[in-house]
Amino acid sequence: MNSSDRAPHPENYLTAGEPGLWSWLRTHDHKRIGILYAVGITFFFFLGGIAATLIRLNLVTPAGTLMSAETYNKAFTLHGVVMVWFFLIPSIPATLGNFLLPLMIGARDVAFPRLNLFSWYLYVGGGLFTIGALLLGGVDTGWTFYTPFSTMFSNTHVVLAVVGVFVVGFSSILTGINFIVTVHTMRAVGMHWFRLPLFVWALYATSLVMVLATPVLAMTLSLIALERLLGVGIFDPALGGDPLLFQHFFWFYSHPAVYIMILPAMGVVSELITCGVRRQIFGYRFMAWSMMAIAVIGFMVWGHHMFVAGQSMYAGIVFSILSFVVAVPSAIKVFNWVATLYKGTIDFHAPMLYALGFVGLFMLGGLTGLFLAATALDVNLTDTYFVVAHFHYIMVGGSVMAYLGGIHFWWPKITGRLYPEGPARFAAILMFFGFNFTFFPQYLLGYLGMPRRYHAYPEPFQWLNVLSSAGASILAVSYLMPLCYLGWSLWRGAPAGTNPWRATGLEWTTPSPPPVHNFPLPPVVNEGPYRYRP
Amino acid sequence: MSEASATLVAHRAAQFDDAAQQRESSVLGMWLFIATEVLFFGVLFAGYTFSRVRFPQAFADGGARTDLLLGSIETGILLLSSCLAALAVRDVRFGACRAAGRLLWGTAMLGVAFLVLHGVEYHAEYGEALVPGIRYHPSGHPQPAMMIFFCLYYAITGFHSLHVAIGVALLSRMAREASRGAFSADYFAPVEVTALYWHLVDIVWIFVYPLVYLVGRST
Repeated sequence: MNSSDRAPHPENYLTAGEPGLWSWLRTHDHKRIGILYAVGITFFFFLGGIAATLIRLNLVTPAGTLMSAETYNKAFTLHGVVMVWFFLIPSIPATLGNFLLPLMIGARDVAFPRLNLFSWYLYVGGGLFTIGALLLGGVDTGWTFYTPFSTMFSNTHVVLAVVGVFVVGFSSILTGINFIVTVHTMRAVGMHWFRLPLFVWALYATSLVMVLATPVLAMTLSLIALERLLGVGIFDPALGGDPLLFQHFFWFYSHPAVYIMILPAMGVVSELITCGVRRQIFGYRFMAWSMMAIAVIGFMVWGHHMFVAGQSMYAGIVFSILSFVVAVPSAIKVFNWVATLYKGTIDFHAPMLYALGFVGLFMLGGLTGLFLAATALDVNLTDTYFVVAHFHYIMVGGSVMAYLGGIHFWWPKITGRLYPEGPARFAAILMFFGFNFTFFPQYLLGYLGMPRRYHAYPEPFQWLNVLSSAGASILAVSYLMPLCYLGWSLWRGAPAGTNPWRATGLEWTTPSPPPVHNFPLPPVVNEGPYRYRP
Repeated sequence: MSEASATLVAHRAAQFDDAAQQRESSVLGMWLFIATEVLFFGVLFAGYTFSRVRFPQAFADGGARTDLLLGSIETGILLLSSCLAALAVRDVRFGACRAAGRLLWGTAMLGVAFLVLHGVEYHAEYGEALVPGIRYHPSGHPQPAMMIFFCLYYAITGFHSLHVAIGVALLSRMAREASRGAFSADYFAPVEVTALYWHLVDIVWIFVYPLVYLVGRST
């Protein structure tokens, strides 16, 4: 295989075709579309980050003097909407997933390349609506759009924001359909299901959730828009409608959406860890099936967001038990990662540092999730900063760490250049500490009783809030760093070669950056993944 | 032989190895899309079930005000159109492309007839002031929750009609291409996929019809 390094190979995907922006905006190449997504996602990440900065700055003082209560509401709504739908949901699947899925299964492209490009345009279109809502004065409902506030009382641009999320939802539905079909029909000769890399299994499980959950959100948001525009609807208590029904529908999507965010991260981390320790993954089939189990059970736990919202006690008990059940496959994954590392020779390069950070933070976030799944504890902790800390450990500590780890790991493949290892390791470590400084105090704040979504708070909570804001500034630096050195490496990085990590996987058998249709010759697979030889 | 394989290659997108893989992908993609549609409408049906259990009388009253005759005719039209679509797929598989084209035109025209009749229904309901949010002051003294029935009625049939309209557009395009002989026994996935979509539109209506037009009349 290595002889292909020297052989003249077809033009790579970055330079092929006519030069210029226009050829990118019309491209059907999954690799270019992945990069288009990366550009959009990075923009929205920093937009959401600006809102987060405003929130943390406001909370430095107990009186919350930076913003009025109304502005504060708009800031956390913007942060939530942008980070959930325009960053986290598409982050790993639409960028790394788009880029890697066909490469990993030995295909020339995804099954529906035009649809893939259309998904990106939907993403951008949805983003424009959301930015429009922002420019016209913002939305103050929180990312959850709870009724009746969103339908009857809020006088901000709810409809615009809802339309934006509706549109971007179809982007993720179409991506999901594309990925599922691709995995089913486009695998290379010999690439049977249990030879798929775990990242592909993760994308498959994620796509199932995207396809089956997102339509529910789309229709629910349509009903919100109708209710606002016409003043009538099934969530309107004045007519006998039920706002709680909205919460059921909303969380039927939004809890599985959490798994849309974390499953791809688990896939990335599995790749990073096996390469960093140069070993077969411990319990491959368990890893694959546990992701499928998470995807399935994840559909049956939404009521744990509503323990104190007025659902019946018995529903609460059932949802509580099911929420404990979904922790089992998640725990299997953590144990298997640790078992893979056990007594291994670990190469602490930057992707591995991100992966290890992921495992630690995900564990803490997952375990505090069990606290919240226990109904008795949840009554005390609902709507406090404990919840905020919990889901940031999963989504930021988990997904964002894995996303950045994956970006570093596949950067040589994507760009054909090596990133500088020193700054990358420094940023990864800084991120781990900055993250914990930011969010661990929030566990304490929540445990002490500070409610979320308030722009002011009593004096005794101040020192923990100051600590959290100080941590956030460290975190911000660690997010800006990769932007600088990865950008630098685009021009100055050393050429990567086909397989700089000496990793397994079909994506490492083709030149970096890969040619337009990925492989000079159609690959044939004759062994399972992660056949590392120490 | 060489001519046939040349047309096959012309239809094959670059990412696929062969026509079978391409067809399998298209059909699987449509089935997945249908799954999303089931959940999309599922929200409305769940809302309907939930509200009906809470307000049985209001829903019975609302159902009794719908137009049973037109609803039944619309049901017949959609069933017939689905049958034509299925026959069109059969024809195109056997290579009778132009016959399939005629059947697809028929399917599309039945779709248009459905939309027209539904428009007639909407118009009559507007006349009776049964459109929540726009013109709603029904005669008699119905329960306030009857408005929820009509909200759901408009949401469900409105989204369904939108799907019918999209289906008519797709069917017309397929019919036009089939009339030109664009498909063959080796290449007919677009017709098959469009017909699948049309069956979805039909099946959604199979649930709408009893829930809206029939159930209220049994009490």
